[in-house]
Amino acid sequence: MTFDRTLTGPRVLVHLLLAAMAAGMLVPLFWLGCAAFKDQDMFSVLFWSPHPTVRNLQKLLQLQPTFLRYLLNSFFLAATVAMTQLFFSALAGFALAKYRFRGRTLLMGIMLATMMIPGQILLAPLFELICHLRLTDTYLGIIIPSAISVFGIFLFRQSMQQLPDELLEAARIDGCSEFRIFWEVALPLTRPMIGAFCLIAFMGNWNSFMWPQIILHNAQRFTLPVALAQMRGAYGSEYGMLMAGTLLSIVPPMILFFILQKEFISGLTAGAVKA
Amino acid sequence: MRQPLAQRLWHWQHKGTPYLFVLPFFLIFCTFMLYPLLKSVYLAFTCTNGPRSIVWVGWDNFNYLCRDRNFWIAVRNTLVYAAASIVLQLPCSMGLALLLHRQWLRGRTLLRFAFFAPYLCGQVFVAVLFSVLFVPRFGLINRLLQLVSGHGLELRWLGEPSLVMPALIIVTLWLYTGFNMIYFLAALQNVDQGLYEAADIDGANAWQKFRHVTMPGIKPIVVFVVVMSTIGSFQLFELPFVLLNNGSGVNQAGLTIVMYLYQTGFETGNLGYAAAIGWVLVLLIMSISALQLRLGRSQP
Repeated sequence: MTFDRTLTGPRVLVHLLLAAMAAGMLVPLFWLGCAAFKDQDMFSVLFWSPHPTVRNLQKLLQLQPTFLRYLLNSFFLAATVAMTQLFFSALAGFALAKYRFRGRTLLMGIMLATMMIPGQILLAPLFELICHLRLTDTYLGIIIPSAISVFGIFLFRQSMQQLPDELLEAARIDGCSEFRIFWEVALPLTRPMIGAFCLIAFMGNWNSFMWPQIILHNAQRFTLPVALAQMRGAYGSEYGMLMAGTLLSIVPPMILFFILQKEFISGLTAGAVKA
Repeated sequence: MRQPLAQRLWHWQHKGTPYLFVLPFFLIFCTFMLYPLLKSVYLAFTCTNGPRSIVWVGWDNFNYLCRDRNFWIAVRNTLVYAAASIVLQLPCSMGLALLLHRQWLRGRTLLRFAFFAPYLCGQVFVAVLFSVLFVPRFGLINRLLQLVSGHGLELRWLGEPSLVMPALIIVTLWLYTGFNMIYFLAALQNVDQGLYEAADIDGANAWQKFRHVTMPGIKPIVVFVVVMSTIGSFQLFELPFVLLNNGSGVNQAGLTIVMYLYQTGFETGNLGYAAAIGWVLVLLIMSISALQLRLGRSQP
């Protein structure tokens, strides 16, 4: 079936309309990019300053602790959480997809139920538990509770169900242990899903605010959202510095997304389409 | 004849593997989800002053909730916000998706990135950005309003109680229109092309095709998005908290249920009361979601 792809008059109008709306959508981000390099003329010039300056970046680096520290913290935490979630979710998803065992349906029912619980009721008792375990103000206190992702388990179960059983049987006959089958046969075949999930998990943790805010006290360990929210309070009128910090904070996810756009969106919507 | 040891070991290894693979999930689930869940039921009937002093108070927390003025302000704000999010934002997302769904559209990837980019920034960073954009007289929003309509320079978005909710809704529109558009676009692309061809053969016009092919085809995802958006709206916390400078704004204008939970639990230290608020929130979310799912199922 062929589609008529000629650009008629009305169609050009639609393109222009969409382009205008997209540009409008990006205006705040464009302003952010300009503002990060403005100092005295923050508000006297609407967008790009005729005298751009790196003063704001310098101020960020001179903070105690330096802004670079927050960036590193966020990177470390987001990457670690993403890897942990990836490993445990893929493992459990593989088990649910390719094995029949007693309690499988019950387990899936439990997982489905947990997805319906808003996380907020767990905050108070979870905090109390973390206090008892003496994990407050540590990264373990953030990594361990978020080590499992039911969303991830379902994603991997769905994509691994399509792996041909014969392949796994062949590996089994060759004497492969079950874990090696998972690690060397199943995982490499689900690479697109791995990319999608890693990105979603990374970004989810990068932007996470509430739990790190509750758990972390030492400024050395702050992640970007917590640090920026605090800076807003302490340096509320240093707009240039705030905007430079915000710009630095949103660039990594943007870059990651730009590279992995297709995988990200297919991962996001995979859950919905099957729902 | 007994099977050789190696074979039996191999058999148990094969049988036991799935349990081993789901063990990490199960352990963490029991420790960090199930136990806190049960504990929160207990906590809801206590009053705490920091994690070390817990006093059983029975139904007192819930009794006080009924009379707590701040709580009801939070409920009102949250409901208004959720309603506005659904009614204002989802049609915009759907409209955008319909526009982007044209086969003859060029530059779809770029457009998609442009509309989706706000979502990538996350609520906290967007809140910091908009806290400066909303600055009266100098901020970008007021300057643009002034350019377009001749008024608006002095609007104190974050300082005027009646303007706080509109400000929140504007930021939400910016954040999530593209995000929901992606879902609607996926839904539109999933409708079976063959159905459209059949409709063409039957002589259906554009509206009829939309009404009888498109709408039923995308309904499951639309319901999904509506339920998800509602649940998300009820959990609003980070955006107003950071936007209003770690608080609830003038006259509690930006107080949401989760923000109130956070304040009572982690600023005042009464984890018991926070747990009670949490359970009321859960019941609220579950009943509204159930209602939406039932409505979504019953339409022809």
